[in-house]
Amino acid sequence: MGFFQAGILGFGGVLPMARRMVVDDRRWMSQTEFNELFAVCQSLPGANITNFAAVLGMRHRGVTGAAAALAGLLGAPMAIIMALSGLYARYGTLAPVHHALAGLAAAAAGLLLGTAGRIAAPVCKSLSNVAVAVLVLAMALLLHLSLPLTMLLALPLSLFLSGRAMP
Amino acid sequence: MSLLLQLAALFAKLSLLAVGGAGATVPEMAREAVHVHHWLTPAQFAQLYAISNSAPGPNVLIATILGAHVAGVAGGIVATLAMILPSCALAVLVNRQLERHAGARWRRVLQAALLPITAGLLMAAALVLARQADTGWLTLAITLACAAASYQTKLHPLLLLGGGAALGLLLF
Repeated sequence: MGFFQAGILGFGGVLPMARRMVVDDRRWMSQTEFNELFAVCQSLPGANITNFAAVLGMRHRGVTGAAAALAGLLGAPMAIIMALSGLYARYGTLAPVHHALAGLAAAAAGLLLGTAGRIAAPVCKSLSNVAVAVLVLAMALLLHLSLPLTMLLALPLSLFLSGRAMP
Repeated sequence: MSLLLQLAALFAKLSLLAVGGAGATVPEMAREAVHVHHWLTPAQFAQLYAISNSAPGPNVLIATILGAHVAGVAGGIVATLAMILPSCALAVLVNRQLERHAGARWRRVLQAALLPITAGLLMAAALVLARQADTGWLTLAITLACAAASYQTKLHPLLLLGGGAALGLLLF
C-alpha cells in the first residue's frame, strides 16, 4: 500500500489521479466498485479522498493499510505545505510577495465561488432545496451561527424535505 | 501545549462536520481561527487558504497550513491528524455496515438531504473568503473573473491561481 505515495501528487484535484491509479494502473477495484465506494465517502463528513484512502487501505491490510494509505496520500503534500507556511511567515510581508498573495487569495476565493456555483446548479432544480441552501448560507454568513448549530437546524429539515420528495 | 490541544479540538470537531469536504468548514474555521482565537487576521486567513489551494494535495491541507502557521510543524501535524482521523474512522465504520445494506433508501435520502447543505456552506465559504481577500476593486475583479472562468470553462485551477498572483504582482 505504500505505493499510494507516488501516484497521488495531484494538484487541486487529487481525485482524477487517484481514480487512474486505483482502477487503471493497479487494478485494486473495478470502476463500479470505485464509484460506489466514492459515493459513500462523499455522503460522509470529511475530505472524500482521505476517507476513500482510509477505507481502501483498511479493506486490504487493516489498520496498517489505512495508516499507510493516509501517510502516502498526505505525507509529501504536508511537507510541502508546511515549508510554504514557513516561507509565508518569513517573507509574506515583503511588498512583491504580499501583492502576489493578495492576487492569489482573490483568485482562490473566485475559484471556490465558481465551484460552489457548479455544486449549487443541480440544487436549483427543486424549490425546497434552494430554500435549504439559502437558509444554510444565511445562518453561516449573516447570523454567524456555529457549524454544529447550523447542521442541527438544517439537517432535520433537509432530511424531512428530501424524504418526502423521494418515494 | 494548550495551543496544540486547542488546534486538535477545533479540527476534530470540523472533521465530523465537513459535509461535502473540507471546503464546507471554511466559514466555521475562519470564525474560530480569526474571531474566537485571534490566531491570524482575515487577510492572512484568505492568503493561507489560497496557498493551500495552490499546493499539490487534497484540500484538507488548509488544516495543515493553519496549524503550522499557529504552532509550527507540530501544529501542522496535530491539526491535520485531528482533521482526518475522526472522519476516516467514521468512514471505515459506516462502510462496514453499508457492505451489508447496499442501495438502501435511507442512504439516497441522506445524500439528497446533504446536497443543498453542502451547496449553502460552500457558497458561504466562498463569500467569507471573498470578503477577506477583496480589499479593493482590483481584487474584487480578480475574484469575479476567476469565479466566472471556473464556472463556465474547464481551465486548470492552477492557471487561474497563477494568473491572479501575476496580476497582483503586476498591478498593485
